[in-house]
Amino acid sequence: MIAFNKYYNHFNLISSILIICSLILLVFKGLNFGIDFKGGTLIELRSSDSKINVSSLRDKFSEMNLGDVSVKKFGNDTDYLIKFENKDNKKNIIEEIKVNLDKSFGNKFNFRRVENVGPKVSAELLKSGVIAISLSLAIMLFYIWIRFEWQFSLGAILALFHDVIVTLGVFSLFSLEINLSIIAAVLTIVGYSMNDTVVIFDRVRENLRKYSDIKIFELTNISINETLSRTIITSATTLLALLAIYFFGGEILKGFSLAMILGVVFGTYSSIYIANTVLVRLRVSQKTVLREDDQK
Amino acid sequence: MLYFSKLRIIFITLFTLLFIAIASSNLFNIDDDFFDKKINLGLDLQGGSYLLLEIDNTPVIEQKLQNLTTTIRNFFKDQNIKINNIKIEGQNIFFNVDDQSKQIIIDTFTDENSDINPYYPRFKSHQLNIEDTGLNLKINFSKQGLIALKTSSQDQAIEIVRRRIDEVGTNEPNILKRGNNRILVELPGLDDPMRVKSLLGKTANLTFRFVTNSDNDSFGVEKLKYEDGIDEAVVSKRIIISGDNLLDAQPQMDTQNNQTVVSFSLDRVGAKRFGKATSTGIGKQLAIVLDGKIISAPVIRDTIASGNGQISGGFTFQSATDLALLLRSGALPAPLNIIEERTVGPDLGQDSIDAGMIALAIGFLLVIIFMFVKYKIFGLITNLTLIINLFILLGILTLFEATLTLPGIAGIILTVGMAVDANVLIFERIKEELKDEKNNILAFDSGYIKSRTAIIDANITTLLAAIILFFMGSGPIKGFSVTLGIGIFTTLFSVYFIARLFTSLYVSKNRNKEKLI
Repeated sequence: MIAFNKYYNHFNLISSILIICSLILLVFKGLNFGIDFKGGTLIELRSSDSKINVSSLRDKFSEMNLGDVSVKKFGNDTDYLIKFENKDNKKNIIEEIKVNLDKSFGNKFNFRRVENVGPKVSAELLKSGVIAISLSLAIMLFYIWIRFEWQFSLGAILALFHDVIVTLGVFSLFSLEINLSIIAAVLTIVGYSMNDTVVIFDRVRENLRKYSDIKIFELTNISINETLSRTIITSATTLLALLAIYFFGGEILKGFSLAMILGVVFGTYSSIYIANTVLVRLRVSQKTVLREDDQK
Repeated sequence: MLYFSKLRIIFITLFTLLFIAIASSNLFNIDDDFFDKKINLGLDLQGGSYLLLEIDNTPVIEQKLQNLTTTIRNFFKDQNIKINNIKIEGQNIFFNVDDQSKQIIIDTFTDENSDINPYYPRFKSHQLNIEDTGLNLKINFSKQGLIALKTSSQDQAIEIVRRRIDEVGTNEPNILKRGNNRILVELPGLDDPMRVKSLLGKTANLTFRFVTNSDNDSFGVEKLKYEDGIDEAVVSKRIIISGDNLLDAQPQMDTQNNQTVVSFSLDRVGAKRFGKATSTGIGKQLAIVLDGKIISAPVIRDTIASGNGQISGGFTFQSATDLALLLRSGALPAPLNIIEERTVGPDLGQDSIDAGMIALAIGFLLVIIFMFVKYKIFGLITNLTLIINLFILLGILTLFEATLTLPGIAGIILTVGMAVDANVLIFERIKEELKDEKNNILAFDSGYIKSRTAIIDANITTLLAAIILFFMGSGPIKGFSVTLGIGIFTTLFSVYFIARLFTSLYVSKNRNKEKLI
């Protein structure tokens, strides 16, 4: 048996620091919102001429008066991702860019993807993203509150907050782009983290009923160990699937799978070191579950 | 938990085979409506354009209020009430009347059978609100009035949008209402959305009006620019004929001067008016105005009584074709703005499919190897279940002709990774049970029973997340939530019916074996 409980305090401290750092990052550095939430235009280009390099392309774009333009390589050597704000919401901007590029480079570019999100739509998307995440947290809280006692509910929700905040903190730290698919990833993380916590909690509750003489400090450790191989196997297979998406699923899914990978790692960690420690700190005992059983 | 009746085994086998057959139908072309169901590919996989259009209703509201001022003036003139200082400010009409008439007007507007202010009994609201500000009377659209106005302009606009897109001839466009002032257009397989965008961006309000150089025209005059944006002309506000009078419009080659023109034919009313105008106005310039810009202003040389004519204006064949198309399909009630656009080229779509499939294959393989190494014979059972699970998932997507997007493929891969969870929970539990329980069959039984609450709880939480995503997400994200959500049900089915069936067969055969798992 591994003594997970020996490090409860250490990891609680580390998690607190992580959460505080993440919050500081989120408040002061903020998130790197993509055009979905900020509005603007995105173009994915593929050039048929490998001699064209990113700096000449960047120069060309900055001559076009598009405001703040970002030109980056995207996966392949011949693929580029161009982003700009398109403040005036010009209607024929893509046409103009095409003409301009053809003039300077010849007909070398294939417009593989064009996305243009107006300010009104991006504000709405941001709002619905925030609502979706808040709503999912609220619903999870409610579900756990029905299925378990309130102490468990608190533990699970703290673990969820930890996972979401720290994942977003990592995105802020490395200025990774937040777009619609990241919201989908965060919601899936919420589901996954909950899933993981529930499995351990289920065992904790079962053991609480079974043993009256074991303190919750020991009991959580027993439960974690009993479910440990399941925790490892499920995280491993999920991570294997996600790594496959990350490395082979193409550039578009990279952000999504990265967020999910982080979420699975944090989710697994938090089920052990946050959700359970809440039970310990709240001094959950056999009485807690038996009282509930009586009511039922 | 381990017992299966013969009937149940047959049912499970048939069910599984059915879904494998349905899923396989994606690979074949069967000439039958029922059997030829296929998973639709989302725009991000097959390439195409997604456009969200917003109707700008401001001009419509202003026009309605403008008309209303005339109506109000005439309506109360008949009752010998004089309306003074009538003006439009913002989206309100203001006017003054003498004090004793004030009440009559307010009563007229608030009467449920009012001729001037329609009443919607369903919403208990009039179309217009009237308010006595003390200084004057204020009239504006009520909330319901605005909704009715927006809905009606949306209805008209979607019809025109549909006609224009049909004329371009893209395959299977999807044109839907969103809210009461938006239209969603999905154009699968469209390579170049520029043309559609420019066609949808034009109101196509066509009018024929005389060019005047005097200011004293009883209808008023306005100064309009030519299409080149430089030249100007003063044009009467009196409309001789408008786009509504057109029966047909076609691009044509004018053989006399080798120019591309748009030839049109007018309906009876239009032809009559056009004939009259061209007979009285010989020598005058007739301006052809499209969306507030003059296309051309030819000099009338002859009376045109046939109702057929030509518009020339330095067109290329393409621009003449587009103008003819716009004129044929009619004018939009209000301008449309493209507020969101997402276009994916067909080659990127194909690349995404390839990448998605490779990721799926590799993810699947990794999980299968991992499970086999970890659980041996039970790993095989899990893997077999996983494959069947994948077929059932694809089968259900096919049956509902669901739309598969790139995030949707990610959802399937994620399902593969998470689907083993339930089996792992069960097997681990059985292992624990076997520590105290020497009877294999009893241990398996209690393993299944005791792991059930955790499995159900765990799957419900993921399902809840998927449901929220489905309702809040758009386009590709919806595709993700669909595969994730359906994946949960297929996983539970395959774990509790298929995997359990295999397990029960194996355990019954080896009931006396030690170290079974």
